[in-house]
Amino acid sequence: MEIFYFIAAFLLIKRLQKSLKTSFLLYPKWKTMLITASWLVIVIYVVTMIFASNLTSSEDAVKDLVGSALLFGLIYFANKEPDFESQRVYLYANIPLAIVGFVTAIAEFIAPVFASGQENYIALAIIAAFFWIFGRWATTKKQSEELRISAERKAELEVLVQERTLELQKQKDELQDTLQELKTTQAQLIQSEKMASLGELTAGIAHEIQNPLNFVNNFSEVTAELVDEMELELNKGDKEEAIAIASDIKQNLEKIMHHGKRADGIVKGMLQHSRASSNVKEPTDINKLADEYLRLAYHGLRAKDKSFNADLVTHFAEGLPAANMVPQDIGRVLLNLFNNGFYAVKEKQKTAGPDYKPAIEVTTSSKGKSIEIIVKDNGVGIPDEIKEKILQPFFTTKPTGEGTGLGLSLSYDIVVKAHSGKIDVKSKPGEGSEFKINIPV
Amino acid sequence: MKILVVDDEADVQPLFLQRFRKEIREHEFEFDFALSGEDALSYLHDKHSEVVLILSDINMPGMSGLELLSRIRHEYDTPPPMVMMITAYGDEENHRQAMERGANDFLTKPLDFSLLKEKLKTLI
Repeated sequence: MEIFYFIAAFLLIKRLQKSLKTSFLLYPKWKTMLITASWLVIVIYVVTMIFASNLTSSEDAVKDLVGSALLFGLIYFANKEPDFESQRVYLYANIPLAIVGFVTAIAEFIAPVFASGQENYIALAIIAAFFWIFGRWATTKKQSEELRISAERKAELEVLVQERTLELQKQKDELQDTLQELKTTQAQLIQSEKMASLGELTAGIAHEIQNPLNFVNNFSEVTAELVDEMELELNKGDKEEAIAIASDIKQNLEKIMHHGKRADGIVKGMLQHSRASSNVKEPTDINKLADEYLRLAYHGLRAKDKSFNADLVTHFAEGLPAANMVPQDIGRVLLNLFNNGFYAVKEKQKTAGPDYKPAIEVTTSSKGKSIEIIVKDNGVGIPDEIKEKILQPFFTTKPTGEGTGLGLSLSYDIVVKAHSGKIDVKSKPGEGSEFKINIPV
Repeated sequence: MKILVVDDEADVQPLFLQRFRKEIREHEFEFDFALSGEDALSYLHDKHSEVVLILSDINMPGMSGLELLSRIRHEYDTPPPMVMMITAYGDEENHRQAMERGANDFLTKPLDFSLLKEKLKTLI
């Protein structure tokens, strides 16, 4: 039975040799040694057989001892070498056979009679241990095959994941580009919305500037006449009349100044309106701002539709605290609300009877920590089904080309996002709408 | 001759008073003012018999000058006062409507006071 140790040792060496074959580095290093070792196993076997057959006693014990020692030595040696680490399972599978050999050898030395009586069991143990090696080898091989398959699968998956990741990255980049484009477009839209509302204002502005200019011209002219008259009176010696004229002249000059400043303010307001928002908040007189834009909106509309007329009712609270705001932005919000109001009353006028009086009402008041501005109209009102949508960008009920649908959505952004304020809408279809804006002081 | 000037701009009042300083002093003209169409109607309600001529702006908040003109033509016909319309927008449409509604004359802003003076003097 001793041949099994040598076969096992021989096979183990061959196994180690085979395991290194795929490595260009390790195979040349070990090749000669392993081949020599395998030959050595055969030589040792032959020598042991010859040597043992010449012994008078303990013949089997010597064979078992040499065989198991050879196997142990081989296991010990290979276990120490890191190059054979991957073959540990095969190495350890040989241990039972080596132990069986060693125990058998000891038993044969100490109790040869007992041992020879147990020959069948010993043979069985050796064969079992020998086949254990192949059993282990077979399961390990199966396991490693499975491992190899799962590794392959993993590699495949990894490639797939990489492909997908690349694809996603590409999509992300594309989306980012699109987003950037959208942002640019949005900025352009906001600017063009500003310009569009400025266009609507042009006529109103012209009217608003024309009026003070007329006063400036007229008062200058009449003042020149007054000076002539004063001269005349002075020559006549009517000092009293001359003084009266002088006070008129003074009054006129004040009026000229007043109207000059009025025109100046309108031009400044217009420039401010068209300028890209500076986002600088400054204490602003909301009454003045509201009044200015109400007039601009009204005259702008009047210039386009001369038959249009509406009552402009203002309830401006006196002594309002100056609220911090970007005046041109809040001005745009108000302008938008006024324009919407005028549009609503105009729409209603189309169907209402002659008794209908279009009216826009502006009310300002102080609400402690905020200022409230209410813009109310008695126009067509907002149908319930679109109430939710009116703040959405690009939503408009106006015919194509007449409204951008950005007015209220921009107003919302300006009031709520940029000024931490509030916009509330109340409306009754057929009766009118009310927009309430709160801006923190 | 009493003239009612209807304009929402309050500064029109000293302007007229000064422009017609001499005429007022010599009692050729007498001016009264209204700041809106509604104002003008309530003024006329009391004193329509005194007013010979009405000078009205067209573009006013609330009742427009054209509406006022219609109301005057509708309500006061014995004797009908003269009505001259004034507008900043010297356009055809306003002119046509003013004439259609029975305006006696149509003037554009900025007012040419010497022309107005001449026109008024021929009326006396």
